[in-house]
Parts: sequence; C-alpha cells; structure tokens
Amino acid sequence: MIPAAFEYHRPKDLEGVLSVLVEHGDDARVLAGGHSLIPMMKLRMADVEHLIDLQDVAGMSGIAVDGGSVRIGAMTTQNDIITSDALAGAAPIMHEAALQIADPQVRYMGTVGGNVANGDPGNDMPGLMQCLDATFTLVGPDGERTVAAREFYEAAYMTDRDDAEVLTAVSFAAQAGGYAYEKQKRKIGDYATAAAAVLLTKEGGVCTSASIAMTNLSDTPIWSEAAGAALAGTSVDDAAISAAVGAMLGDIDPTEDNRGPIEFKRHAASVVLGRAIARAWSRA
Amino acid sequence: MSGKKHITMTVNGEAQEFLAEPRELLIHTLRERLNITGPHIGCETSHCGACTVTLDGKSVKSCTVFVAQADGADITTIEGLGNPDSLHVLQEAFKEHHGLQCGFCTPGMITRASKLLEENPSPTEEEVRFGMAGNICRCTGYQNIVKSILAAATEMNAAKEAAE
Ligand SMILES: Cc1cc2nc3c(=O)[nH]c(=O)nc-3n(C[C@H](O)[C@H](O)[C@H](O)COP(=O)(O)OP(=O)(O)OC[C@H]3O[C@@H](n4cnc5c(N)ncnc54)[C@H](O)[C@@H]3O)c2cc1C
Ligand code: FES
Ligand code: FES
Repeated sequence: MIPAAFEYHRPKDLEGVLSVLVEHGDDARVLAGGHSLIPMMKLRMADVEHLIDLQDVAGMSGIAVDGGSVRIGAMTTQNDIITSDALAGAAPIMHEAALQIADPQVRYMGTVGGNVANGDPGNDMPGLMQCLDATFTLVGPDGERTVAAREFYEAAYMTDRDDAEVLTAVSFAAQAGGYAYEKQKRKIGDYATAAAAVLLTKEGGVCTSASIAMTNLSDTPIWSEAAGAALAGTSVDDAAISAAVGAMLGDIDPTEDNRGPIEFKRHAASVVLGRAIARAWSRA
Repeated sequence: MSGKKHITMTVNGEAQEFLAEPRELLIHTLRERLNITGPHIGCETSHCGACTVTLDGKSVKSCTVFVAQADGADITTIEGLGNPDSLHVLQEAFKEHHGLQCGFCTPGMITRASKLLEENPSPTEEEVRFGMAGNICRCTGYQNIVKSILAAATEMNAAKEAAE
C-alpha cells in the first residue's frame, strides 16, 4: 500500500505553511501526526499533491493553563495530554478521553489539531470540544480568527475551516465540577460505536448546569442542549437521567454500518450517556 | 514533481544517508533499503504493531510514517536492543516465559515493551495490558507476553538496585 507521489514541504514557520497552501489551493494539505491522513493516502482515498509537514513549525504545540483558561497548541499529541499534570487539574475530562483514543503508538503521533480538524464523525475530540464549549483558532492568509467548536462542524469531513487555513490551537475554560467521557467500542483502538462527554456542576445536592455531547452518532458531533437542560435543576435521580437520555435520543441521527444497526446504536448511546451522567455526578 | 529527497537518520546508533521518495514508508526504508528486517509488516494498516520502532523516544508504527517525516530522526529497532550473543532482558524474559510462539509479533512487542518499561519501570499487570494494546498477537493469547514483560521489569529493577 504505497500512496501516490507527492511533493513534501517541511516549513519552519506558519508563513511558510500558508505560502504553500495559497500557492497550491486544494492540491495541498497539512500533515500533523498523519494517523488519519496517511492511512487514507495509502488507500488512495486522499489524493495530496503537496504535503506540508507541520512538525517543525515553531509555537504550535504545548499546553498552557493560565488561571481559568486552557490553551492547547494544535500539534500537541494525545500522549502529551495524557502526561500533562496541568491539564489533569484543569480539565481531567481531556485525560479520561485521550486514554480512550486509539492505542499507545497512535497516541504518540496523533495530535489534537488533526483530531479536531479532520472532520471524521468517529474522532473523539470534536465531541469533547462541543461539551467544553471550546474555541478553535485558525490562521489563514487574511490573518487570525476564532470559531466556536459548536459552529465548526458542517457534515462528515466538512468544516468551517477554509482550505488555506491552519488550525493552530483549541482553547476552553478550566473546569470545576463533575466530568466523564464514556465510550463504547468493539475493541481497543477502535472508533466509538457511541461515546458521551458530560460536564456538570452541583450545589447543595442540585445540578446547576450540565453540558452533554455525543460522538459518532450523526455525521457531525452532537452537542445536545436539551439533554443538558433536562439535568439542570434536578437532583440527577433516575427520572432526570431518563429525561436527559430521551432528549439526547431526539438529537442524534445514527446510520447503520459495520458497528451495528440504528436501533443498536441508539441503545448504546443511551447506555453510555446514562453511565457518563452517573459518573460525572458522583465526581461533582 | 516529487523528486527524491536527501534523507539522514540514525538507526540503532548508526548514521544513514540516502536519497528516497518522500512517500516511501519508514517500514520499507528499514526492511528493504537498510536490510533491518526485525520490524515486520503484519497488517500494513496501522493496527497490528508488528512494525513498531522507537522514533525520537516515541513508540510508532513505522508503516504509518513517511520516510520524509523521519528525516533527522533517531530510530531504534529490535536489532538495536539486543543480539543473539547478548540478549536484551526482555528478549531473555520472552524466551524464559514462552512469550512467543511463531515470533512474528515479537520484535514489535519487545520494542514497544522496552519503551513502556522506560516510562513506567514497575507497571501493574493492567498497565502492561493497556500499554501493549497497540500490538496484536495471533498465537499466544497474551498471557505469557504480559508475564514476560512483568518478569523483565522485576529483573531490570533488581539490576538497577544492585548497581546502586
Ligand atoms: C489504529 C487507529 C485507531 C484510531 N482510533 C481513534 C479513536 O478511537 N478515536 C479518535 O478520535 N481517533 C482515532 N484515530 C485517529 C487518530 O487519533 C488520528 O491521529 C487523528 O484523527 C488525526 O490526528 P493527526 O495528528 O494524526 O492528523 P493527520 O492525520 O495528520 O491529519 C488529519 C486531517 O486533518 C488535517 N489537519 C491536521 N492538522 C491540522 C491543522 N493543524 N490545521 C488544519 N488541518 C489540519 C490534515 O490535513 C488531514 O486532513 C485512530 C487512528 C488509527 C491509525
Ligand atoms: S504493519 Fe504497521 S501496524 Fe501492522
Ligand atoms: S507469537 Fe505468533 S503472532 Fe505473536
């Protein structure tokens, strides 16, 4: 399985990346960890004439926790997330989710930026970014802009990112309260059959706010505002959890594939969300 | 477009220099260009881990890395860990505890395990299983692979203590 020939670029700064992107348009693609793109190129499902390796671009990786805000450079790997003490304190859900992505070898290479920019509904980070209400920073020939993760995904492999833009970082507020990332998969290293990300806060036995997002159950990640609203103001008892699961089922739209028929996926989605809410509540 | 690129890398401590098309996969560079045939090709689709090597301190599947990405890299394969005259502690432990049957997955297993023990010198059984989840074996049922890695960890820690 050898991919088609391409020209390889390894610029040292963002200007270098942008100049190749501008010159070659959609014949050019950036390469981060390569663990989504290279398999597609080997299968000749992705045709890339100009490959721009981001590994030497200065300032694109690293985790910065500054008071209440967290900024993760696009080239930060899943393994960096797992081993970051700062992030374990500021957003432990990132740690819990990263441990459920792929396998150790893939996590050394796969990056946060690649995972969120890829647009594959199977990727775990996009749903997580919905749950965290993250912001993506994009840099293009016309300068820098930010876009809300909840506005970024349009359809499978279609995002708000322009062909000539590079995603440089994801940012979100540090989290207090309960959290859980629960994923059903066929085996380690598999994409989700269904996954749920839950963040919630608790005061005097009452849930004061909740954010819920689902992965691989539609052609985009799904942030279910209604599911979160169903928990707010309750004591997160069985009735509230059922109401949240019911609301979530109204927002997802799974399709049948080799991970199972639609009814099974809806069942798996209900189970993972129920578990995630219970775990998040127990940690709140 | 896409002429050959001048590549330099260090493999098992030896400097290498050659011209290659950027699309060449690192596993082919190692096996066919450099005759380093320890890393195997099992699936060629990033799943089995038979092609695992250590690249700049990371365990990676060399079937999913372009040679151009590895330009300037420091790479270790199973050949860099031990040899028939002086086996690595992990190789000795796999032999002792029947950690292999056909042996096809073994170079990837041991290369990955060496990195795992470097990062976590005293893993629990569960940590070994989790840390080895990117390597697939068709023969052993994993039990003896886990046993071998735990035994190697004990051995390496004892040697470290004795040296202190
Ligand atoms: C065996 C296996 C199992 C896996 N299991 C999972 C899983 O369970 N969950 C999961 O989420 N993922 C999984 N993955 C995918 C893995 O996490 C990828 O690494 C990730 O999806 C993409 O990150 P990357 O850095 O490798 O990106 P690349 O493969 O380098 O890039 C992916 C796409 O994003 C674009 N891109 C990359 N970086 C940027 C950027 N900074 N700006 C703009 N565009 C960019 C590229 O042009 C490309 O189109 C698995 C992969 C493998 C091989
Ligand atoms: S040959 Fe590389 S992972 Fe199987
Ligand atoms: S020993 Fe045969 S594949 Fe592992």
